[in-house]
Amino acid sequence: MSVETNADTMPLVRAEGVRKSFGPLEVLKGIDLEVERGEVVCLIGASGSGKSTFLRCVNHLEKIDGGLIRIADRVVGYHLKGDKLYEQSHNEVCAARTDIGMVFQHFNLFPHMTALENLMEAPLRVLKQPRKTVEARALKLLEQVGLAGKAKSYPRHLSGGQQQRVAIARALCMEPKLMLFDEPTSALDPELVGEVLRVMKDLARTGMTMIVVTHEMGFARDVADRVVFMHDGRILEEGPAESVITNPRHERTRAFLSAVL
Amino acid sequence: MIETITPPSTPVGGGAFTVVSARHPWRWAAGIMLTAIMGLLVFSAVTNPRFGWDKVARYFRDVTVVNGIEVTLFLTVICMAVGVALGVVLAVMQLSPNPVASAFAGGYVTIFRGTPVLVQLLFWFNLAALYPEITFGIPGVSLDANQLITPMTAAILGLGLNEAAYMSEIVRAGIQSVDQGQTEAAGALGMPRLLTLSRVVLPQAMRVIIPPTGNEFIGMLKTTSLVSVLAVPDLLYSAQIIYSKNLQVIPLLVVASIWYIVVTTVFTVGQGYLERRFSRGTTRSAPPTAWGRLRAFFRVHSPLATRKGTNDER
Ligand SMILES: Nc1ncnc2c1ncn2[C@@H]1O[C@H](COP(=O)(O)OP(=O)(O)OP(=O)(O)O)[C@@H](O)[C@H]1O
Ligand SMILES: [Mg+2]
Repeated sequence: MSVETNADTMPLVRAEGVRKSFGPLEVLKGIDLEVERGEVVCLIGASGSGKSTFLRCVNHLEKIDGGLIRIADRVVGYHLKGDKLYEQSHNEVCAARTDIGMVFQHFNLFPHMTALENLMEAPLRVLKQPRKTVEARALKLLEQVGLAGKAKSYPRHLSGGQQQRVAIARALCMEPKLMLFDEPTSALDPELVGEVLRVMKDLARTGMTMIVVTHEMGFARDVADRVVFMHDGRILEEGPAESVITNPRHERTRAFLSAVL
Repeated sequence: MIETITPPSTPVGGGAFTVVSARHPWRWAAGIMLTAIMGLLVFSAVTNPRFGWDKVARYFRDVTVVNGIEVTLFLTVICMAVGVALGVVLAVMQLSPNPVASAFAGGYVTIFRGTPVLVQLLFWFNLAALYPEITFGIPGVSLDANQLITPMTAAILGLGLNEAAYMSEIVRAGIQSVDQGQTEAAGALGMPRLLTLSRVVLPQAMRVIIPPTGNEFIGMLKTTSLVSVLAVPDLLYSAQIIYSKNLQVIPLLVVASIWYIVVTTVFTVGQGYLERRFSRGTTRSAPPTAWGRLRAFFRVHSPLATRKGTNDER
């Protein structure tokens, strides 16, 4: 039992010296980051600084070239036995991803399925849960994101804001331990941003662990426990949201913030 | 000449304007001229006794001909089934990260698309000359190629394997037309590759795959006539059997042609409905059916009212 209590107090996400290159281009140059359970961390930084790439490494959509990412007591993409890392099979990688929800900039809903079917697809076919349970949970989630009446709608009949809320509900329907958001409001018209941020704020309040790449400084200040500023594949500065945003220590952070605020 | 008022963006029903469609005088002129040409062609066909219309009528539902149609339809369906199934497998192989698999599929496509179907049919038919005994490399298994390769199996192998090469290109284009974000979203939900393919990618690729597949189907229907060289009693060969006895070559070729047209037309109509079915969820309004287009051409008033009928919002 002592192992389990240990696992519960450990950070949920621990990245150590994560490196990633695309050909000759080194995009991540050693990222160290810990995220506690229930913590909301906002990743900020200029375009091309490697925020999306890091997020994608966390659920192994990208394979890392160096370092290690642990989620709870497991290593992302590998089995740790003794001092050796054994690469996981495709099916094991997929199974590990069911614990991690991801929300994309362009929603990526399945256009040939209704909102409800979008939510139910993976729980039914990947987790193989009974239809009744999944449907009840899916309907409840749609209600939570304010789309109770849209269960039977196809994505093309929904506004961008509604689509993104469905996408969040779809990720939540897998009952993940960790949620990753990659600029969830960047593709939205300004008047639709608020409704999506509200849903994310509610989610943060329920104690979900979240890593959010965003340019919404208002959201970061209100909701994030910690803000991490990335520059050129490295973490330059991190700390409580309020202090990083209003009182950045680093010159580059200051320049970036004055550009987006 | 054009007397239209730009239709107001509000519905016409409650407004003060009556909408009168543009008249399109040149469309009507061209239509009349083409109708006249068609009339002349039909007239010459009907009055030329050498077409032998009475014999066409007599043999139209001849037992041999009807059996021939059955064989043609059977061959078309089986060969397309083989082609589609194998085509999907080849397309997936071609896109797979395994270089051997993709090279194999590429080689297959090169060979089977690079040689004429007729040559392939003859090859399969004469397989016994190449491999008198087929063992599949398994000890104890030995099949006599002469018995295994009947004209029918040669036809199915020849047409089906050839079709697979074409279908694999169609399926590959379809798969590649689906946004990369879809695969990524499915992956992030923990869906393995095959599940992603069958539940997310292929259903969306259908919109791109179906129209050319319909054309392949119709093409296959006509290509099956090549099997008459293997003496498979399809529609064309049946007609040939009859005219080799009674020497009524033209009437029987007309009979066969009419049947090919009838079946092709039925398939074409079915294809249109299939396309509408699979465009669901991807476009706001499905393309109109042939009937809808004809109606739209002859409409005189209120295009807004007619358009409502073709909008398939569900
Ligand atoms: N699949 C890839 N192949 C090659 N280069 C890539 C790939 N993905 C990302 N990159 C490059 O890696 C760098 C970092 O990209 P990343 O998407 O992580 O940046 P980002 O911080 O998310 O920026 P943005 O704010 O524009 O989303 C960029 O220079 C990008 O061009
Ligand atoms: Mg990005």
